[in-house]
Amino acid sequence: MKGLTFDIAHLLAGGLVLISFMMLYQDRLFALINVFALHALVLALSVGWQAYIQNAHHLYVTAAIALLFKAIVIPIGLHRIILRLGIHRDIETAVGIGPTMLAGIGLVTLSMVLMLRVTATADALAREDLAFALSIILLGLLVMVTRRNAVSQVVGFMSLENGLVLAATGAKGMPLVVEISVAFSILIAFIVVGVFLFRIRERFDSVDVRALDDHRGERR
Amino acid sequence: MIGSFSDTVALILIIPVVAAGLLAALPSYRVTAGLNVAASFLTLVAALSLFVTNRPEPGPYLVVDDLNIVFIVLNTFVGFTTSIFSASYISHELETGRLTKTNLRFYHAMYQIMMFGMNLAFVSNNIGLMWVAVELATLSTVVMVGIYRTHEALEAAWKYFILGSVGIAFALFGTILVYMAAQPIVGEGTAAMVWTVLIDHAARFDPALLNVAFIFLLLGYGTKVGLAPLHAWLPDAHAEGPTPISAVLSGLLLNVALYAVLRFKMLLAASPDAVAPGPLMITMGLTSLVFAAFMLYRRRDIKRLFAYSSIEHMGIIVFAFGMGGPLANFAGLLHMVMHSLTKSAIFFAVGHIAQVKGTQKIKEISGLTQTHPGLGWALVIGVVAIAGLPPMGIFMSEFLVVSSTFARQPLLAIPLVFGILLAFGALLLRLTNVAFGEPQGRTGAVEASYFPLYAHLALVMVAGVYLPAPLVSWFQHVAQILG
Repeated sequence: MKGLTFDIAHLLAGGLVLISFMMLYQDRLFALINVFALHALVLALSVGWQAYIQNAHHLYVTAAIALLFKAIVIPIGLHRIILRLGIHRDIETAVGIGPTMLAGIGLVTLSMVLMLRVTATADALAREDLAFALSIILLGLLVMVTRRNAVSQVVGFMSLENGLVLAATGAKGMPLVVEISVAFSILIAFIVVGVFLFRIRERFDSVDVRALDDHRGERR
Repeated sequence: MIGSFSDTVALILIIPVVAAGLLAALPSYRVTAGLNVAASFLTLVAALSLFVTNRPEPGPYLVVDDLNIVFIVLNTFVGFTTSIFSASYISHELETGRLTKTNLRFYHAMYQIMMFGMNLAFVSNNIGLMWVAVELATLSTVVMVGIYRTHEALEAAWKYFILGSVGIAFALFGTILVYMAAQPIVGEGTAAMVWTVLIDHAARFDPALLNVAFIFLLLGYGTKVGLAPLHAWLPDAHAEGPTPISAVLSGLLLNVALYAVLRFKMLLAASPDAVAPGPLMITMGLTSLVFAAFMLYRRRDIKRLFAYSSIEHMGIIVFAFGMGGPLANFAGLLHMVMHSLTKSAIFFAVGHIAQVKGTQKIKEISGLTQTHPGLGWALVIGVVAIAGLPPMGIFMSEFLVVSSTFARQPLLAIPLVFGILLAFGALLLRLTNVAFGEPQGRTGAVEASYFPLYAHLALVMVAGVYLPAPLVSWFQHVAQILG
């Protein structure tokens, strides 16, 4: 278990956290989506590696879904949507890059301290995976709250889901039902969001979520 | 015995799925509205038959026990009455052109898928399956909230979707952590996600891991319950979607998430070294109660007003379950049932009122008891009930919550009573003008379906005066299980 296999798993999971950080400072939509595709690719490698070392063949399916669907189909689809909507301009981040990066570092520290402490009895690989997974989830959340643009919020959400997949594969022998459901929920989420994006575009000529905030929750 | 266990449970799930397929395929909206009612009624019958059929050993995916029967019957009952209300509501929407026939096919199919999701969440014995079911129920309501495609409806649906997704992500992470805690004890594979297996072995789980898992689960499913400060989606989703959906959101979907929290609370309570879940739930419950009570004063939209009232009542219920013990659990359970019945009745009334007046603004609705006595008085009864006045059922359950709090933690009773009184004041303040003020606005006749409205109110009123002994002993038994 120890040795090279562990190091590679560690490298891939750590790589995911790093790529989550890269998402934080992308200020163009296309760049953000490319980074997300990279995120999904590394996820696919990581899950594939887990499948190999755990000898769990069903995880190859999860890896394949991550590779085909999240690393290829979704980024291409989002590229098209952005072109069609004509919003391939700068992302208006709600918070500056400096504070966002600092907040990201804080969140990663938090998840390391928390998860490594509470999983002291679990096996080393699962511990690392859970700690990295929580970091990715929190960083995904941070991407969502620091962006105003609907497309980048969706990207943030999908990177958050990648963290969940990492956690689910790290938990040894977790039944297939969850992996399928995660993949499935991403599919549904994408369809729903796609529908919404088009409707929002139809109505307001903008996918800037700020346009939705005019209403401020109360009719006058 | 009428049938075997698996047949009945399967029926609760199969009927909505088959109905959803049919409803999506059939073009005539009159037929589909009727079919929607019929399917909901059949599901209710199947749910009631759970009382008389044998209950064999729980399987790896499905379970029926004394706890979830209460939820299933309540769920299918309100699902049935709401489908009757929905039939009359949507025919009006069709006339005014707010919905098209294509929209309606979609709407009816989604209604049954939502019922399927909620029923599946209740009967699932597998925490992974439960998560999938809650997710399914949520997604189907998201698209229904956005069905009017107005600016406001889209904002509401978007907010609901984003906050709901983050909540559901946290819940999944919590579920994975529970599996991680169970895996060394129970072994790898499906067994470590089966709730009945988990509860048997919970005492030996790693308490630290279980604590963290519960925090994620409480935050995740708590978003769905509408607990402050995670409630932001709730008022919008209630106000902008079709009113039948507001009724099922308040009356049922919040309960589904609450049920999930309760299941995990039981798991935590079975582990002696884990942190007590009570104080966390008490804090979130009280925060929601007091916050929502203040927010009630500033509402201008009538559906939004009652949405905040739902947050308030979910706060009371979570508080009661957080207190724990036989009496508080009993009160929480009773309050949940009463709130579901009353709040959906109020939304039935509000839905027709908003249709006849053509507005949801509180200022533009007044004097209803004169112009539309049937609806006006129903609203009065509903608001009196929801505000917690005797002799209604909510008075009784709130009284039980307060008195059990006084007996055990007198200091906590102060914010509790403060919140309840504050909300009481706000609701009566709004009600007086709406019901008894100078009539204004449109006064046209209304084609309302009074049956679901008055059936709910009658049940709530009867429950306030007299609870049948078998029901009381059943609830007492469930309260014992909840610990």
